[in-house]
Amino acid sequence: MTSNKPDTAAKDSGAAPTQSAPRRAEWPLWEVFIRGQQGLHHRHVGSLHAPDAEMAVNNARDVYTRRNEGVSIWVVRATDITASTPSAKGPLFDPANSKVYRHPTFFDIPDDVGQM
Amino acid sequence: MAGERPPCAAGSDLFEFLLRMGDNCLILGHRASQWCGHAPALEEDIALANTALDLIGQTQFWLGLAGDVEGKGRSADDLAYLRDAFEFRNVLLVEQPNGDFGQTLMRQFLFDAWHLPMLRALTGSTNRAIAEIAEKSAKEVAYHLERTGDLVVRLGDGTPESHRRMQAALDLLWPFAGELLEADEVVARLGRTGVVPEQAPVRETWQRHVDATLRSATLTAPQTGHVQRGGTRGVHSEHLGFILAEMQFLQRAYPGAAW
Repeated sequence: MTSNKPDTAAKDSGAAPTQSAPRRAEWPLWEVFIRGQQGLHHRHVGSLHAPDAEMAVNNARDVYTRRNEGVSIWVVRATDITASTPSAKGPLFDPANSKVYRHPTFFDIPDDVGQM
Repeated sequence: MAGERPPCAAGSDLFEFLLRMGDNCLILGHRASQWCGHAPALEEDIALANTALDLIGQTQFWLGLAGDVEGKGRSADDLAYLRDAFEFRNVLLVEQPNGDFGQTLMRQFLFDAWHLPMLRALTGSTNRAIAEIAEKSAKEVAYHLERTGDLVVRLGDGTPESHRRMQAALDLLWPFAGELLEADEVVARLGRTGVVPEQAPVRETWQRHVDATLRSATLTAPQTGHVQRGGTRGVHSEHLGFILAEMQFLQRAYPGAAW
């Protein structure tokens, strides 16, 4: 077992560069947001690869709006998005769980106001 | 339907012209579709397939109208799938092999740079059906040209390898571009009635756009006046036969087959 160890280590360190050398550099990842025909907001629809923002918009047009889905496209580098961590879910969201009074359902709306 | 409209005097000129428009779209669309599943990146794959579909869609309009004008009851499908190579009227440029991605891109760019000003000019045709098809197609083709022009600049002015490939593609395809810009007697006769607009402005727009793009792309057009022509008269390179063999196989083997 101890004799295997240096052997494996040598193989790992030797194999990594030769395997990754012929690989082409991947284009950066972009997240795509589309505002639909009737939509007021841009919605996340997926992601794609592109070398820069201009091509990301062009690629988004080709990949995500082929069926006339959109009237506006936003793209943003995936690395520029800061996300909440799943492990912080409890502290972030649980406290809002039992506070029904934060919903505006406890007000009597006068009839004169009409449809709100 | 076929009997209602006797072919008018200029009928065969008009038929010829519509075949040229339709066949250019059909053959280039087929060439672009051959990249489906093979393009260098997924995003390019879909973009090329979109271009192919746009062109095949435009083919349906042009060849559909050609069939109506001919008045022998031939549909767009009949014209696409049941003619032999010498009856095709596309320019030689569009039937040239795909080669590498640079060659495909350069072929598409040289074509798009002609296609857009031609369609925009045709929106003023005295033939309403032609003006309507041109109007609809021009929107799609404006995007084709924006995309291919952008990529030609990026790859021409990219790495030494991409520059070398784009310059090689330009050297290879340049002599074929001239045929797009030539106005023969068919176009001249249709010009007299305003069916086909004056070709000089189309040529000038092409020249300006191509010059500017190649300059940004650090590419140099070959200094040759030699033009490879023949396609618009039905004299094609050997490549068209292979394209038709693949494209028409189903209708030839199973005549009348439908979904």
